[in-house]
Amino acid sequence: MADTGRSDAFVEFERVQKSYDGENLVVKDLNLSMPKGEFLTMLGPSGSGKTTCLMMLAGFETATHGDIRLDGTSINNIPPHKRGIGMVFQNYALFPHMTVAENLSFPLEVRKMGKSEREAKVNRALEMVQMGAFGGRRPAQLSGGQQQRIALARALVFEAELVLMDEPLGALDKQLREHMQFEIKRIADNLGITVVYVTHDQTEALTMSDRVAVFNDGVIQQLAPPDTLYEAPENSFVAQFIGENNTLEGVVTEMMGDACVVRLDDGSELDATPINVSKVGERTRVSIRPERVEFNKERLSPDAHTLKAQVMEFIYMGDIFRTRLKVAGNDEFIIKTRNAPDQVRLEPGSEIEIGWLARDCRALDAS
Amino acid sequence: MSDATSSGPMLAADGTPLKTSLARSLRMRKLRALMLIAPLLLFVLITFIAPILQMLLRSVENQIVSDTLPETVVALEQWDATTGDIPGEFAFEAIYLDLAIAVEQKLHTRLGSRLNYEETGMASLFRKSGRRIGRFDTDVYTDQFTDLNAAWEDPETWYEIFGDERNVAELPLVGRSWQRWAALFEAEGETVGKRDLEDFLFAALHYETRQDRYITSENPLLLQAMRAQSETPFETSRLIPQFEDADEDWLDHAVWQTIKTYSPRYTSGYFLNAIDMEKSPEGAVAKPENLQIYIKLFWRTLFMSLVITGSCILLGYPVAWILANLPSRSANLLLILVLLPFWTSLLVRTSAWKVMLQDQGVINNVLVWIGLVAENDRLALINNQTGTIIAMTHILLPFMILPLYSVMKTISPSYLRAAKSLGATNWTAFWRVYFPQSVPGIGAGSILVFILAIGYYITPEIVGGTSGIFISNRIAYHISSSLNWGLAAALGAILLVLVLGLYWCYDKIVGIDNVKLGG
Repeated sequence: MADTGRSDAFVEFERVQKSYDGENLVVKDLNLSMPKGEFLTMLGPSGSGKTTCLMMLAGFETATHGDIRLDGTSINNIPPHKRGIGMVFQNYALFPHMTVAENLSFPLEVRKMGKSEREAKVNRALEMVQMGAFGGRRPAQLSGGQQQRIALARALVFEAELVLMDEPLGALDKQLREHMQFEIKRIADNLGITVVYVTHDQTEALTMSDRVAVFNDGVIQQLAPPDTLYEAPENSFVAQFIGENNTLEGVVTEMMGDACVVRLDDGSELDATPINVSKVGERTRVSIRPERVEFNKERLSPDAHTLKAQVMEFIYMGDIFRTRLKVAGNDEFIIKTRNAPDQVRLEPGSEIEIGWLARDCRALDAS
Repeated sequence: MSDATSSGPMLAADGTPLKTSLARSLRMRKLRALMLIAPLLLFVLITFIAPILQMLLRSVENQIVSDTLPETVVALEQWDATTGDIPGEFAFEAIYLDLAIAVEQKLHTRLGSRLNYEETGMASLFRKSGRRIGRFDTDVYTDQFTDLNAAWEDPETWYEIFGDERNVAELPLVGRSWQRWAALFEAEGETVGKRDLEDFLFAALHYETRQDRYITSENPLLLQAMRAQSETPFETSRLIPQFEDADEDWLDHAVWQTIKTYSPRYTSGYFLNAIDMEKSPEGAVAKPENLQIYIKLFWRTLFMSLVITGSCILLGYPVAWILANLPSRSANLLLILVLLPFWTSLLVRTSAWKVMLQDQGVINNVLVWIGLVAENDRLALINNQTGTIIAMTHILLPFMILPLYSVMKTISPSYLRAAKSLGATNWTAFWRVYFPQSVPGIGAGSILVFILAIGYYITPEIVGGTSGIFISNRIAYHISSSLNWGLAAALGAILLVLVLGLYWCYDKIVGIDNVKLGG
């Protein structure tokens, strides 16, 4: 999973560890390398170490062990204000006693920039986030979304090449959040800056990032582009964490190269792609996305294994139908079908047979 | 909203204006809220606001002169104090009558001490004259009137004559004197009865029936007395020499001028006194240089309160900062240490400073032992301004730390981080970002400390010596030792106005919205 040693690495973590109390490691042996211009998201549940990583990169926390490099130079001993890294904080941290323009001008002032140059840059930054008319306002007079834009502009105004964002959209409502996701992505692409983005919202991670690092328990579980992450999770944590996922537990009974057969605890068998299993007899947890489950037999290959399922609940959700099934003792098995004209609406209580393509079903570690 | 502007006031569903109907619906709730605070409100009104107002009123009240010397006050209206001559016999006649009654009431000494605030010697003057006034030879009038008609000896005669309002109007002086005298006994539940009539009553009777007076009374006794005196004037008893005999200060112009100056029922005298001025025939003038103390004391109080506030900021700010940035467990422990002084009596803390600061005290001993200070050159740390400033800074420090702490607690550490990530050094981040946000805490702490300091009393009293005392010590002195409550009230009123004025300035300059005691 670690891809160190890339020649164009801009940000590098090498064997980084962090402990606060000397007993537990919050970050365990982190290796990460980012090329210039990449939009990388650190995704994980709270307490997984992602924010700690960001703080170490920004310089507010020191690594207990290991090396953090920025553009080839180790920055372990460089104080935060000399790192030249822009940062957007969770609650924006706009200085409440300064106007918007003064907030933006602050990083330029401490860099001893001339007044006219400062004004020009502040105006450009405000225009960039479409807040040109708000320079004279105080942060408290702005809405959450506007404050967010200002925080972004402030992190960009001094032309940092690396910008860190710590759950910047967490405080916004859903609609605004989605809008800002595209906005941030657009600006980042336009400026060609490198972004490290921390979030616990997987949709945000998937829609914005070039690559996503999924954190759990202080370790990067998988580092991959969004589509790989969704379609080819490498372990059951990632499979569970990213998107909606159905799991069934069983034992591998046959291995046929890139396919295998798993016998579930109730005796029924299914086809899967072996990912984290290597030999027959191993316990595994298979993972299948709700939208890849098929109950129309004609679309399945004739030799495919099928499972008996009982329809428990049918939920109409507008664009899709969501049906809860009981499969092999698991009554939280979800399937999603598109609301197409010819789509069947499953009746609760009816018995059906479901199946899937072996490549859509991944046999992962049982833990 | 646009409806309201285009078609007059908004109407509620029943057609009444919306404002009226809103006010009606809120009235009940307001009333209930008022009832909740009513006990406290009443308590504060009765035990705090009312006494303060009553005390403030004392700073202008001056009824004692016109109540005790009513005739003198009237008589002196005809006297021009600017000529430099003392008033004539008429004033002595008036003050004789007033004093005679005041002695009966035992009020003359109180009046003496009141006037003594304005002119030294008045207390003893009134005391001495009070003792002597009964021995004035005004009994010549008594004898002459009773010789003329024995009926004058009988109090019933007086009751009869001066029970008649027409006679009182005719002979106001004697009428009033009689009524005041008789009222003394009536107040105690007895009538004058067969009590001997005092000489001064006959003196008053003489003053209003002597030859230059013409009376139209129908009372035969009065007519007889008037006629008798117009035929052969009575033998008189000149009062000026007798007063001079009692105390020669009665011939002092200043005594009479003081009485005249302080005869109105309300006076600005206490206030003038409180700003080192005094009344004179030419109006208010500054007191002689060597008697000026209060203005200096006000300035000192202000200046030292500012110094104390300043040192509290300097010492308290770092402590509050540490408290606000520590994990809450250790912060709580330290906070208890900050509050610890409140567990001991103020007196004990101040006395402890006495032990620490005195010439042979702990601090001086240590300094001598280290060798920083020579044995015969010990620092004077107590009984002066230094002592007051040190002790009061220590005592008021918690009042600075607590509001600072509660404001700093609300400043998110992410501001400092943001500033640093934007390229600010630690100092710039603190000064440009953290400090401005902590200013409301400084403001609240400063107001608390300053207002507490400006009225502080015990600590300056104990460690302040003479050069380190505050205006409040002077107020306390006038309340409890010199008993000049009027001056104490005037000083207090000035202090109150001063504090309110400073508060107003603070509001104008910093803005009272900028004061926060917490979140």
